[in-house]
Amino acid sequence: MSIRFTRALCIGCGACTEICPGSLLALDAQGKAFMAHPENCWGCASCLKECPVSAIALYLGADMGGLGGTLRVRREGTRLLWTIQKPDGTEITIPVDSREANHY
Amino acid sequence: MYCKQKESNMSTKLSVQTLHTDFLILGGGTAGCAAALSFCRADTAHSVLIVEKAHIKRSGCLAAGVNALNAYIAPGRTPQDYVDYAQQDAEGIARADLLLTMAEGLNAATARLEALGLTILKNADGSFATRGARNLKINGENIKPLLAAAVEKEPRVTVKNHVNVLDYIMHENRILGAIALDVRERVLYILWAKAVLCATGGAAGLYRPNHPGFSRHKMWYPPFNTGAGYAMGIRAGAEMTTLEMRFIALRCRDTIAPTGTLAQGVGARQVNALGENYEAKYGITTSGRVHGTVTENRAGRGPCVLKTVGITPEQDVDLQRAYLNMAPSQTLKWLESGQTPSVRNVEIAGTEPYIVGGHTASGYWVSTDRETTIRGLFAAGDVAGGCPQKYVTGALVEGEIAAAAALKYMDDPPPTIALDVTEKQRTLEAYLRQQSEESTDALEAEMQGIMDEYAGGIQTSYRFSAESLATAAEKIHALTLRAKNLAATSMQELVYICELQERLVLCRSLIAHLNARQETRWHSFAERTDYPEKSAAWECFVNSKLVDGKVQIILRDLVEAGVRYEH
Repeated sequence: MSIRFTRALCIGCGACTEICPGSLLALDAQGKAFMAHPENCWGCASCLKECPVSAIALYLGADMGGLGGTLRVRREGTRLLWTIQKPDGTEITIPVDSREANHY
Repeated sequence: MYCKQKESNMSTKLSVQTLHTDFLILGGGTAGCAAALSFCRADTAHSVLIVEKAHIKRSGCLAAGVNALNAYIAPGRTPQDYVDYAQQDAEGIARADLLLTMAEGLNAATARLEALGLTILKNADGSFATRGARNLKINGENIKPLLAAAVEKEPRVTVKNHVNVLDYIMHENRILGAIALDVRERVLYILWAKAVLCATGGAAGLYRPNHPGFSRHKMWYPPFNTGAGYAMGIRAGAEMTTLEMRFIALRCRDTIAPTGTLAQGVGARQVNALGENYEAKYGITTSGRVHGTVTENRAGRGPCVLKTVGITPEQDVDLQRAYLNMAPSQTLKWLESGQTPSVRNVEIAGTEPYIVGGHTASGYWVSTDRETTIRGLFAAGDVAGGCPQKYVTGALVEGEIAAAAALKYMDDPPPTIALDVTEKQRTLEAYLRQQSEESTDALEAEMQGIMDEYAGGIQTSYRFSAESLATAAEKIHALTLRAKNLAATSMQELVYICELQERLVLCRSLIAHLNARQETRWHSFAERTDYPEKSAAWECFVNSKLVDGKVQIILRDLVEAGVRYEH
């Protein structure tokens, strides 16, 4: 369970380093964010939601059955647009509006 | 992974700063935020300081969100119904006074959450759409940001994020404040207060987790809730209750995501490999559901699943969305494999045991007002004992009750004492300065292995005996001595050393509690091979207190309904 950064997208704003509930993220010498303790990630996705440029993706470790897919998210008003990239590269986007309750 | 190099140009010095506040709240999670908001509604004169180890916007159990409110009094039901349900689930070991005062506040707390902006599913007539007698369907992805935003709007509340609380400041069983470490600023704070609320959450990471390798933190309870509040209380001589009633969650295998949404939301039943629904065989209490799955697996009738095959395509899509709001890794797992719940049943497993007073009755022994046995120290949420099945709304109510009671200390100034933190400062600086062959990670894994094998972890199907506990106690003691010789290569690693030491303190008390209750009242949660039956002789609380460095067990009578309990 951990996250990875698209370094080219990172703007070094530090929002992810501030929000991580495990204080696991830091900025490197070039001012880009990185995961300092990948094995300590809980998988809560707080950093994904906080990142203004969607530079962070969540993936499942192989030891928990991960297959190499990733999960990203982008905020659009009250909606979170979640995008799952499957191992074959195809993508599925699921919008979730905070004004709509779960049905279960 | 483990780096022995010190961070370049890292200073090993900590500065010391003193701060004064009226009401000090340790932990800005659900209960802590609710306490701050409630305190400000009731009082206009006093200051509040919240210290939080992460950032209150996404700290604690609700960082990822939550998809239902599980504690609500549905129309036609009463708070007493909730008390009866929780007491039954806990096999009688729960405080009626605490449960009732919590249950009476649930619906008002829910209304306040809605006023903050939480989306709750409604019927056509505008009433809440309840799921059974106690649950509400919500969109809880943003529940923590909503609470945090409300707190940050209060002018009298100061929030200090990224500050770890290390110890209480005590004088003759009255709390005067706390000592805390600002990880970013490298400051040791001396925090003085008239009253203190401990709302630091429960404890994960005591036992070897489901995935001990790379994904070791893919657990149900937040791995960052390390039991600091329990450990500080134990060290300061507070009385603790029912630590032996561990919580083991029944979860989706691999992702350790919640199962309630599948079981209650789409009616998925627990089924073994033979296709048999085994729920009725073991009872549907929280511990019974775990025990049933463990027993079926042990009998060779696993893997056990929640039977979701056959749900409609609409339900399938709705579930994918629902999990994004609380456990996004589950949706990723379904979609990256193409095996969504309508085409493949969801395998279930028990987690490693946690100590968490929001689900079971473990934690501080408190009065009806949520005051601990230390004067001026209150407890709310997962760290407070005696009141299981709190969930989110119950934690809010407890924070509110504690805040109301803390107000009475505002006119009771604490004594002024001289405090010298030089020794604490030197100890912490020494960890930053010294080299060590020991690794905090390795010692943590060793602790989790000991607890797993000898104190009823996953490996033994949660079972233990007096003999195995004696071994656990001996090994944890030896490990505690070793944990004094660690070195930190960064401020974050210094925090890891403190957290390991906290967990070891809690492990010692937990082992004593597990050993004290000589019966099996809750399967899996406290499963003894040497006392496999429930016994009427143990219809009492097992409490403990650290006296002269030893865990002293205290047995206390059940608290009758209608009684207002004071220490």
